[in-house]
Amino acid sequence: MNYSEKVMDHFMNPRNVGEIEDASGVGTVGNAKCGDIMKVYLKIEDGIVIDAKFKTFGCGAAVATSSMATEMIKGKTIQDSLKITNKAVMEALDGLPPVKVHCSCLAEEALHAALWDYAKKNNIVIEGLKEPVDDISEHENIAQED
Amino acid sequence: MENVIYFDNAATTKVRPEVFEQMNKYFSESYGNGSSIYKIARESRKAIEQSREKVAAAINADKNEVFFTAGGSESDNWALKGVAESYSSKGKHIITLSIEHHAVLHTCQFLETKGFEVTYLPVEEDGIVDINKLKAAIRDDTILISVMFANNEIGSVQPIEEIGKIARQKGIIFHTDAVQAVGHIPIDVKAMNIDLLSMSAHKFYGPKGIGALYIRKGIKITPLIHGGAQEKNRRAGTENVPAIVGMAAALELTVKDLNEESARLARLRDKLIDGILSSIPYSRLNGSREKRLPGNVNISFEFVEGESILLLLDMKGICASSGSACTSGSLDPSHVLLAIGLPHEKAHGSLRLSLGMFNTEQEVDFILKELPPIISRLREMSPLYEDFLKNSKSDVK
Repeated sequence: MNYSEKVMDHFMNPRNVGEIEDASGVGTVGNAKCGDIMKVYLKIEDGIVIDAKFKTFGCGAAVATSSMATEMIKGKTIQDSLKITNKAVMEALDGLPPVKVHCSCLAEEALHAALWDYAKKNNIVIEGLKEPVDDISEHENIAQED
Repeated sequence: MENVIYFDNAATTKVRPEVFEQMNKYFSESYGNGSSIYKIARESRKAIEQSREKVAAAINADKNEVFFTAGGSESDNWALKGVAESYSSKGKHIITLSIEHHAVLHTCQFLETKGFEVTYLPVEEDGIVDINKLKAAIRDDTILISVMFANNEIGSVQPIEEIGKIARQKGIIFHTDAVQAVGHIPIDVKAMNIDLLSMSAHKFYGPKGIGALYIRKGIKITPLIHGGAQEKNRRAGTENVPAIVGMAAALELTVKDLNEESARLARLRDKLIDGILSSIPYSRLNGSREKRLPGNVNISFEFVEGESILLLLDMKGICASSGSACTSGSLDPSHVLLAIGLPHEKAHGSLRLSLGMFNTEQEVDFILKELPPIISRLREMSPLYEDFLKNSKSDVK
């Protein structure tokens, strides 16, 4: 199995590792059973994501997609943030091996979970954002068939 | 390649230079087909039969009881399917272990679709079968017991001699997948009452794609590969002469130094185990401490995932493997680690380092220096570790 240079770069030098103390929204997805857990922290001001951090338990692809997804969301409006799909994260990393596609789904889901948490805390509705699911394994199967 | 530190000898080994040298002649000079009549073919035939003698001697078998195959998987497939087919009129029950290699497990699952019943015995926490559970599983229609000599992931060595004795008393055929054991621990098929034994050359510094099945005289077995009359009509196909020569040469050399080398490896192994467990908190050894292959180290690190460890080790030139799902291509971690009772998250964080004859003490010291910062680095970015630290802080309060 081969990772692209970009995946290896984001694995070896992950961007945005850490926590945000006063985060506007925090989302955790995945489970230790399947071997991947991502936790994303977002700082949102005036409808714009001004900072993003993550912590991930998982393989090289899980770390790289967390790193890339948090890079991509920084500076975006909430509505534009929703456009960061698993495919967009994968493309930005020059692709992933087929067995690792589920990691990119996890990254998308982690961003959504953090946004959902933000919306809930602030009593707002983000149009187009669905409640995150705890176990995304069903989601994964759909994504892999693409 | 420079600076490769190879700690994955249970996956495969480097061919010994002197073995490679002996093989050469049979590619370019004595390349005749072992079944033909002229001189260069007679040389091939002679080399095959001398090799058979050497392989037989290594496990105290008779030369007529050794059959060359294309490797461990073929030997396992042949042993199980061949015996099942030959003895199905006597019974259709097979006993094996839940921690067997997939070459045995998947063959058993295939046999289940053909009307055979298979008992997959559990193992204890140390990865070793409870002999009483094995005895209790035996039925009147049990025709075959297949128990691996030593496990490829956690190195646990099974009580083969005891199992052989029980099987012989009950008149049940006993097969052992000894792919990880041959050339690493002493084996005597007669004293251990083994009826069939699988081996593979590339696990003891021989070439890949060659193995053997020991079949005790008198055991009935249908062929897996049909065709020509090679291997006494039991395994068709033109003999892979260079590989057969390489396998025999490698085994002869390995068995000659076996006691000395296994003592050296066991010392390095213990240094590695003790060093890792003492320098890295929240780590545990998987498998038995004593009944263990001399070169096997398998340790789980909490809060981190195995593939990430392997990628960071690779950056330092260290080759190793893991029981994590990410390295198996499925979502489930190693069936062996789950069978010894590890929860999924700990199975995902496992690391196997398997030592061999080319490893040195300096290399062991290098790993002991490089591994702790790698685990710390991954824990720093692990949400599981973060939760653990927060919970332990609140416990103190």
